[in-house]
Amino acid sequence: MIGTGITEFGELWDSSFRKLGIGAGLAAVEDARISADLIDAMYVGNMSAGRFIRQEHVAALIADYSGLARDHIPATRVEAAGASGGLALRQGFLAVASGLHDIVVVGGAEKMTDVSDMESSMIQSSADDQEWETELGATFASLHALIATRHMHNYGTTREQLADVAVKNHSHGSLNPKAQFRRKIDRNVVLKSPIVASPLRMFDCAPSSDGAAAVVLCPLDAARKYAETPVEITGSGQASDTLALHNRKDICTMGATKVAAERAFKMAELAQKDVDVAEVHDNFTISEILAVEDLGFFPKGQGGKATEEGRTSFEGDVAVNTSGGLKARGDPIGATGVAQAVEIVTQLRGKADKRQVKDADVGLTQNVGGTGATVVVHIFRRA
Amino acid sequence: MATAPRFWRENPSRYNLVGFKCNSCGKYNFPPRIICPSCRRKSVGKMEPVKLKGTGVIFSFTEVHEGMDEQNVQKPYVVAMVEMDEGAKITGQVIDCDACDLAIGTKVRTTLRKLSEEGSAGVIHYGYKFIPICGESTVSPDK
Repeated sequence: MIGTGITEFGELWDSSFRKLGIGAGLAAVEDARISADLIDAMYVGNMSAGRFIRQEHVAALIADYSGLARDHIPATRVEAAGASGGLALRQGFLAVASGLHDIVVVGGAEKMTDVSDMESSMIQSSADDQEWETELGATFASLHALIATRHMHNYGTTREQLADVAVKNHSHGSLNPKAQFRRKIDRNVVLKSPIVASPLRMFDCAPSSDGAAAVVLCPLDAARKYAETPVEITGSGQASDTLALHNRKDICTMGATKVAAERAFKMAELAQKDVDVAEVHDNFTISEILAVEDLGFFPKGQGGKATEEGRTSFEGDVAVNTSGGLKARGDPIGATGVAQAVEIVTQLRGKADKRQVKDADVGLTQNVGGTGATVVVHIFRRA
Repeated sequence: MATAPRFWRENPSRYNLVGFKCNSCGKYNFPPRIICPSCRRKSVGKMEPVKLKGTGVIFSFTEVHEGMDEQNVQKPYVVAMVEMDEGAKITGQVIDCDACDLAIGTKVRTTLRKLSEEGSAGVIHYGYKFIPICGESTVSPDK
């Protein structure tokens, strides 16, 4: 990875989808100090531009407005709900690793606030089983609430521990100038916020966001030509699971996270203890608790306790969501997986300023689609 | 919300809880599946439509306050994942109850209710919801 770019995340009334996509892409290409002529291909992660802005065919759109139409580069949209960005990164990685392409730009973008909150909520739920979950009354948040209720029942995870995920990620987000929410909160803010789907409250949920992120990839042996501190993708794992939550073997374990992580760690020839900094998919507070367990950082059932004890904060065993995560940095769905990679590269380059993890050498991203039917895990190392 | 044909084609399962039993391994699949996820190709031609009894226990539940179309639900409402007696797990609403009276392990049975409608003059969609069976409560084994 030789360049990164990211827009501000938030309710960006004056920014269109294409403006966001180009903003992130241009920043990444400038950061990589490459000429646009060198770009061989582009992959764009996007969940639902068709419903958010009634525009499909968005990879060609971004390539066009980035001035790449005259070179006729292959531009491919990648979709796997919330995991679209991470999956786009994996497609770019595979394209470079295969030798087919040299310089690849991977972007992710979503424009969510041109529709009402209700419409946005319905679009997000299209990641779930429409026939057998949504039609029967289940919302995206309510399915995560079912996970939370059961996790509390099985393992004694507390309401306060869920809140601690949001408190930590807001604290981290307060140090990230690109974050959507840059204000610290305490437990009471979470515990007194309106109920969305019990036990989850408003401050357990990531917001709707507009935003885009992009990275530039090239073969490892050429990376030093472009970047002082290139970052190597040392492992990439992807896994699927049943679309509907009720068909999972165990709703308190995201099987696809476990398998994607196993595959990525095996490829990287690294272990959990090697990871200094991780960006995980905290679209709900319970999701981060599952993530830190299923990635193997903590035993099953201990994610809440580990969070409460500060073991996932800056000073902890592994710094989780230093960007503020989906909760505080924001969650423009298709951009999220790429934004996670941008944060890890920033950390491994030592450029994370006030939120810098000391001597960060190995980083990990975990990007989830739906309630866990697609998971992508990447492992990164300073090259 | 779904259009009328999209909804109607699932009516046997939505009205009568028709799932598919795999006669290779004996597992009940609900919602219906053409291929058994355990036996895969061995199950081809061996999937038999079977009506579930309609009773089970709450595996997990939540009271939903936000995020569903106002027109189709009165908020708050309860959504549960129910483990049916045949072993399949099903997601649906629990009605005629207060969320505070429910627990993991509460026994429920299905009932036919209105799920949604396509506008004020449109087609009404019906399907299963759950009702607690009073006075009987067991704790489901942790799985």
